[in-house]
Amino acid sequence: MSASGPGAAEARRYTKRDFESDQDVRWCPGCGDYAILSAVQKTMPDLGIPRENIVFISGIGCSSRFPYYMNTYGFHTIHGRAPAIATGLRLARPDLKVFVVTGDGDGLSIGGNHLLHVLRRNVDVTILLFNNRIYGLTKGQYSPTSELGKVTKSTPMGSADRPVNPLAFALGCGATFVARTVDRDVRHMEEMLKRAAHHKGAAFLEILQNCNVYNDLAWNLLYDREAKLRSQLTLEAGRPLLFGPPDDRKAVVMEGVSPKVVPAAGLGERELWVHDERNVNAAKILADLWAPDFPIPVGVLLDIEAPVYEELLIEQERRAIADRGPGDLAALLVSGDTWKIE
Amino acid sequence: MSETVAPAKGAVKPRRELERAVVRFAGDSGDGMQLTGEQFTTESAWAGNDVATLPNFPAEIRAPAGTLFGVSSFQLQFGSQRVYTPGDRLDCLVAMNPAALKVHLGDLKTGGLLIVNTAAFDKRNLDKAGYAQNPLDDPALAERYRLHKVDMTALTLEAIRDLPLNQKEKERTKNFFALGLVSWIYTRPLEPTVEWIRKRFAKRPEIAEANLRVLKAGHAFGETAEFFNEHYTVEAAEMAPGLYRAMTGNRALAWGLLAAAERSRLPIVYGAYPITPASSILEELALHKRFRIRTIQAEDEIAAVTAAIGASLGGAVGVTGSSGPGIALKGEAIGLAVMAELPLVVFDIQRAGPSTGMPTKPEQADLMQALYGRNSESPVVVLAPATPGDCFYIAYEAVRIAVKYMVPVIVLSDGFLANSSEPWLIPDLGTLPPIEVKFRTDPEGFFPYLRDPATLARPWVRPGTPGLEHRIGGLEKQDVTGNISYDPENHDHMVRTRAEKVRRVAQEIPPTTIHGPATGDLLVVGWGGTYGAITAAVERAQAEGLSVASVHLRYLNPLPPDLGQILREYRKVLVPEINSGQLVRVLRSEYLVDAVGFNRVRGLPLATEDILEAIMQLTGRPA
Repeated sequence: MSASGPGAAEARRYTKRDFESDQDVRWCPGCGDYAILSAVQKTMPDLGIPRENIVFISGIGCSSRFPYYMNTYGFHTIHGRAPAIATGLRLARPDLKVFVVTGDGDGLSIGGNHLLHVLRRNVDVTILLFNNRIYGLTKGQYSPTSELGKVTKSTPMGSADRPVNPLAFALGCGATFVARTVDRDVRHMEEMLKRAAHHKGAAFLEILQNCNVYNDLAWNLLYDREAKLRSQLTLEAGRPLLFGPPDDRKAVVMEGVSPKVVPAAGLGERELWVHDERNVNAAKILADLWAPDFPIPVGVLLDIEAPVYEELLIEQERRAIADRGPGDLAALLVSGDTWKIE
Repeated sequence: MSETVAPAKGAVKPRRELERAVVRFAGDSGDGMQLTGEQFTTESAWAGNDVATLPNFPAEIRAPAGTLFGVSSFQLQFGSQRVYTPGDRLDCLVAMNPAALKVHLGDLKTGGLLIVNTAAFDKRNLDKAGYAQNPLDDPALAERYRLHKVDMTALTLEAIRDLPLNQKEKERTKNFFALGLVSWIYTRPLEPTVEWIRKRFAKRPEIAEANLRVLKAGHAFGETAEFFNEHYTVEAAEMAPGLYRAMTGNRALAWGLLAAAERSRLPIVYGAYPITPASSILEELALHKRFRIRTIQAEDEIAAVTAAIGASLGGAVGVTGSSGPGIALKGEAIGLAVMAELPLVVFDIQRAGPSTGMPTKPEQADLMQALYGRNSESPVVVLAPATPGDCFYIAYEAVRIAVKYMVPVIVLSDGFLANSSEPWLIPDLGTLPPIEVKFRTDPEGFFPYLRDPATLARPWVRPGTPGLEHRIGGLEKQDVTGNISYDPENHDHMVRTRAEKVRRVAQEIPPTTIHGPATGDLLVVGWGGTYGAITAAVERAQAEGLSVASVHLRYLNPLPPDLGQILREYRKVLVPEINSGQLVRVLRSEYLVDAVGFNRVRGLPLATEDILEAIMQLTGRPA
């Protein structure tokens, strides 16, 4: 259990191809997962980590096939449990770079509890949650992020559940890095992947992903050029919250304790809301913004530092050994009350 | 007073030698009965006796005082011969209040010693225990038992009248009065308790002083009170020479893991969610960070086992522990370890069920769950310790097999083994078999499911090894390459291969020890925590001249390779279990032998008497 960082060894110069496995990719043609896979493979060399020190862990669902296609170490596990498996792996091997690939059903329904705890503990893993608002692998039932009233095979008269907001959930769990990107915005996605992967602690990246078979264009507000221009709020650290076409620029500002959309024209600099990735309270307000009343935020909502679970535990171990020496079982066995029989 | 024969003043009271005795201390949860029992056990171990204990306490953290369900007790048997169990019927019962008397009197032998603290028999406590009248006033009680009514509270207060403690603190020391008195009755050395009190209360000298005085007052009371006309000695037992310590099952499991970590040079990650009666393993391991044992108190049972599996993926030994309800939740993940062919050790500290059942009471009803309680064909190795001390060796063996065969191993302990203790001969660690792990590092000819020809184990690769990057998972895969495969023939082959791998663990099993004649009328086959009761019953049957032997299984899957032949050497086979007949079913189906079950599912260890009776019946010699 070396505690040296994943990049300790001199990394060779990789290209995208070095991260492509020899397995046939089995997603449906046109699936948003292809773009995500390509972006992940493309950003891997940027990590500067030897390929053998990278592990991808997934649960069950379309997204969870992901590890098979990465030429790294990988473990395709059981439904919802990838965060817990990753926690055990990180505690045993803090020298490895660990990714968790999950979906809206895997991460927020069957595995919601584990996602909560991996985030609150701030285990050093990068979590990619592909959100397509539908169950794909089981062929088209509604998911915990599907909108209220969603008509699917299992809800012919519309679903009766209100959806969960993944970003608000992650922030509520105490996540230290929370971001959103879109599968069709490759450049933004690559940037977000890099940011998430470089974060120390649990990084949560929601990737809005298209299921063209069971829930096509669920994110059309961010796909359609015109709609996107009006709906997407691209977050950038230190920049004001402005969105909309040039002839109709708008700003998100705070009025009392509530966010509000106002015309940007005529706003003084001091009235603008400047994005601060280190402000947890602001991130929580941003996480809840959604169309049509508000723009849809895309980018890094929060990026802060906090103690990392496995590092705290390993530090306790180091301290115990420093104080009292490494464990000696023979000594332990004869400690306390003993008696001799001749 | 039931006994009025008084020795002449100054005369030494006669001592009678006993071969063994069974004593139970019972009182309110707040009366300190566990502590009293543990100290009496230590004294008996010092005296050189063999000892077996049975702590029994309510599940409620602070049960209301004086109630029947708030009664806590500690039983032990000590003897000059091998003692296999805490005993069935009591020679001596100490009842600190009416509720304790009501709950436990039925277990006292006719003519047994009954010592009660009369101070607690007031109207309030009698009402709570459901006594309309004071049972101590019933002359039948004194006729049936050797009843000693002692106002322990008053005698305690008198002994420490001058100490600067409040009334409550003073009253709380009365358990040491009981301990001192019973120590006198059975001629136990007080030194270990004196030493313990001094150490325990080093920072509260006034409390230490009070406890010591009360202990000695109890002892002196036995010597001088006129109604205790005799007392007893139990000679030292003949035990293997060496250094001993008291050992409980859960601590032994934890220490067995420490031994495995030290010998294998592998780190261990223990994932657990608190559950009775398994939590103390997590707590014990958390104390030993210096051994590179890393513990996770997980968010739930599933996270506990999957974190362990994640650790195994990383080249550590993943271990999880729980009780039956938790094991049920872990089932799917254990199947993942079967499929991914990763080492995993699972402790199941069985308790009475189903569902929440009786969490603090033992049972042996998870055997079928361990063998078959997962979806599809999901074979795992199953081991079971026989005694508290054996838990050490079983935990070690579980790790050894898990890493050698790349397979999950379930260990079936129970709530009785977990909490009871026995004198444990401290082992020479050099005598433990080696645990050898060779991680694969050579990329030449590597495939994730390439198998060792002897064990069928696939290679264990630590992530971080260059050139061996590969993917595994829960999907069926082609043998050797590990590529995902839905091929029908391959699946059939893999199902058989996973089963064969577990079967081959049989080559690790030593020849079965037969306790008794190698052939005869009856073989008694047991497993797990019933070892003591079965062995004691079989020895008594043998002493009666019956042709009876016993075999105790520590390997339940696979079964010992010589078991089938052994079973055929006896006319009848009896299988006592604390379930409604699980091992007996396995033996019948595996060996087509007409084995008969003896089953009591009362949340209690099996009684030697009951097993003996079953033996007598089967051999046509009714007791």
